[in-house]
Amino acid sequence: MLSLADVSKVYRVGAFGGKTMTAVDGVTFDVDQGQVVSLIGESGSGKSTIGRMILGLTAITKGSITFDGAPVRPGADYYRKVQGVFQDPFSCYNPVFKIDHMFQLIRQIRPYTQEKLEESISSVRLEPGQVLGKYPHQLSGGQLQRLLIARALLLDIRLLVADEITSMLDASTRIDVLNLLVDLKARGLGVLYITHDLSLGNYLAERTVVLRRGVVVEMGPTEKVFEDPLHPYTRQLLAAVPRLHAPWEDARPAGCGVHSDVQPDPDHYVACSCEKEPE
Amino acid sequence: MITVDGLRVYYRTLKGDVRALDGVTFDVRDGEILGLAGESGCGKTTLGKSLIRMDGRMKHVAGTVTLDGRSLPIADDAAMVPFRFHEVSLIPQYSMSALNPTRKIGRMIRELLKARQAPYDEQELHKRLELVGLGVETLERYPIELSGGMKQRMVMVISTLLNPSLLIADEITSALDVSTQKAVATALAGFRDAGFLKSMIFITHDISLTYQIADTIMVMYAGKLAEKAPAKTMVTAPRHPYTQLLLNSLPEVGVRYGQRRLAGIPGSPPSLLNPPDGCRFRDRCPLAYGKCAEEPPPVEVEPGHFVACWKA
Repeated sequence: MLSLADVSKVYRVGAFGGKTMTAVDGVTFDVDQGQVVSLIGESGSGKSTIGRMILGLTAITKGSITFDGAPVRPGADYYRKVQGVFQDPFSCYNPVFKIDHMFQLIRQIRPYTQEKLEESISSVRLEPGQVLGKYPHQLSGGQLQRLLIARALLLDIRLLVADEITSMLDASTRIDVLNLLVDLKARGLGVLYITHDLSLGNYLAERTVVLRRGVVVEMGPTEKVFEDPLHPYTRQLLAAVPRLHAPWEDARPAGCGVHSDVQPDPDHYVACSCEKEPE
Repeated sequence: MITVDGLRVYYRTLKGDVRALDGVTFDVRDGEILGLAGESGCGKTTLGKSLIRMDGRMKHVAGTVTLDGRSLPIADDAAMVPFRFHEVSLIPQYSMSALNPTRKIGRMIRELLKARQAPYDEQELHKRLELVGLGVETLERYPIELSGGMKQRMVMVISTLLNPSLLIADEITSALDVSTQKAVATALAGFRDAGFLKSMIFITHDISLTYQIADTIMVMYAGKLAEKAPAKTMVTAPRHPYTQLLLNSLPEVGVRYGQRRLAGIPGSPPSLLNPPDGCRFRDRCPLAYGKCAEEPPPVEVEPGHFVACWKA
């Protein structure tokens, strides 16, 4: 469905844009229908830039992003199929208007009936009567975040780009939003789940892409990447995640995943780490 | 050793008092790290702030705080001055922005110590910087030249320079990446081992992180203590229904989920403006029954394991 091929993004920085900074460097991966792909990386790894490029909010410097084989062209047609939800639900609403106003904004792209609206609100496990007619400040962060997903669903989208959508939520409500994504996946929606939290990616995703400084270091089925990480950076990341029942341990030492005796499965990609050691 | 007894701190608002901290009793022994966990609005930051400096909206209603046998005058801003940094110190939530951007770090530290009338011991400072993995040359840099994790470790060193008896670390790792988070948290536990501070209250919303460094974990809910237990007991055998549900809602790495789904806690915490009587978790609790209309007192079910629940 969505396909990124050798995508790069170079930002101009410094006075008069005299210097350049490569935020994303040659990233290639796919998101299929009914699949959650998690994009994991630390701050500055370029994960949000990739999300913005898919949504057409940032221009691509090199490479191509195609949706159903056609290059991405931002516009009403494209946004009917692909929508994004972002980190801070509180800043996505105009505090002056009621929640209903947020839904009315998409009437131009796709008209909807009141029934359809209520159905899509129920599908994010909210009671339409309890949220419609309310102001944003009367609802919790988890409810607002789920309403943004409901708006995306109203368009019958096929791909959702979810950029850190649970990092502002409390642990007890966060899991509801994650379970909602799992339900939507079962209905055939493709989800690109961008996060820095490895445990959430592990819970949710079929495939995992690990980014470091704009480069994909490891990519493959989630259980392979998490249970048998081959790149030293992935091992270091996994060792640093606080766990509930096991104390922190040091990362297992690893050689280069490409030039070693262990050959990964064909669908498990590992970047060569022979020259650069992770610091 | 710090003892907090029946502490109540309210926020004054135009609509009335918000009972953010409503009767909390606990103590932290010397050499102990107390992890304070809970969701947003449970009063954990209010507790941390009231032990060092109450801002203008906060009102001390009842309760006492005793530090090493001396009573802390927490309600009196001026009387707290001699205690601050010497006895009680704080690493703030946004310590990234706590450093003066116009001073080189070394000069800033000298000025700070002068303002507190404390001697400047260069060797000791260098030793501590080394302990957190920062070079001596960092002192000649401006804060903007350091990364987030380096700034956080720098603030840790500065906050503990006067060897406080109690250190309050409020969400210090929330803005950091996982690998930096580990380095900062381990350095913090190292400070305790090196004797730079006697006891520490480590405030975070992330229970799995608390488990890594704390000796005791205290879980708060809506301004009250829900459960306090040794870290290991808390994650293996929690007794309070809130703690149980909360721990069951946390996804982990190293577990294969497949079709298995975790469950959240339905509902949301009560408003603290006019909180309901009785157990404040009652509305969301699957075990709630008639007696929950009365407020459950914290009971010591095992040595060191306190639970505020009628069913525990």
